[in-house]
Amino acid sequence: MKARVFVTLKPSVLDPQGRTIADALHSLGYTRVADVRQGKYFELEIETSSAEEAQAIAAEVADKVLANPVIESFRIELDQAPPRPAGAGRPQEARLS
Amino acid sequence: MKFGIVVFPGSNCDHDAYHAAKHVLGQEAEFIWHKETSLRGADVVVLPGGFSHGDYLRTGAIARFSPVMAPVARFAEEGGPVLGICNGFQILLEAGLLPGAMLRNRDLKFHCAHVCIRVEQTDTPFTIGAAPGQVLRLPIAHGEGNYYASADVLAGLEASRRVTFRYCDAAGRTTGEANPNGSANGIAGICSEARNVVGLMPHPERACEPALGSADGLVLFDSVVRALAAHASV
Repeated sequence: MKARVFVTLKPSVLDPQGRTIADALHSLGYTRVADVRQGKYFELEIETSSAEEAQAIAAEVADKVLANPVIESFRIELDQAPPRPAGAGRPQEARLS
Repeated sequence: MKFGIVVFPGSNCDHDAYHAAKHVLGQEAEFIWHKETSLRGADVVVLPGGFSHGDYLRTGAIARFSPVMAPVARFAEEGGPVLGICNGFQILLEAGLLPGAMLRNRDLKFHCAHVCIRVEQTDTPFTIGAAPGQVLRLPIAHGEGNYYASADVLAGLEASRRVTFRYCDAAGRTTGEANPNGSANGIAGICSEARNVVGLMPHPERACEPALGSADGLVLFDSVVRALAAHASV
């Protein structure tokens, strides 16, 4: 099962990279992009068919290694394998932050 | 007195620390590979600067899981003096041996320059030989030295006098311009609650001889030798 982990800086933490990207976008004329926050994205291939187990492992790994809880929060999405046919519903999503 | 200098893959100031301890101070010094599970009788442990594991993921994030970090944490818990310099400081933060985290420098640039820091506390093993408020001119070389901690943690650090070094100008004034990276409260280094674990971004080990442009860093190494000698004679 594939778990996708999104790590972003907490809202209270200034993101100098996101700020610089936002400034660049503004100078290109994208003035409606009010703000940019840069983060990290991980794909974990987890050897289990249990969504609960995959969720638990991904959350533990994200909390312990992928994110630094002092400055970052994370969100996990699970892809059930095998992929569903188009229109069969959205992948299970869990939010932990 | 024996300095144990931990070597991670990507450490690059390990030899500078070894040189300062062994050749400048004339103390015993030994390298400790990060896969080792013993500190081999070291009296003081140095986590040196560099780019452990290529700074992948976050600075220090992989190194904190090295086997050697378990005995380092035990040594720190037992009151042993631990000094984390630059990447070593980042590793101490990731390992939770010191509070807070590092963000990219405010201006996103890697800073390689000599800066001044003010010694704020002289009751840590690495600063007992310094005068309160003494200004040290030391090199910095980092891209992620922008110290961050939540408002509560910062207030706690200040209240418990754990901000050990602050960026300042040559006269010792902590102005905004003297802060090279945007660190909260101008923090260049902090110590643990028990004061035996100290981390700082500037490189004292690269400033231990006049030939290197400054010998101001020697006071940290000198201090720990004195602290341990005083401890041993009690």
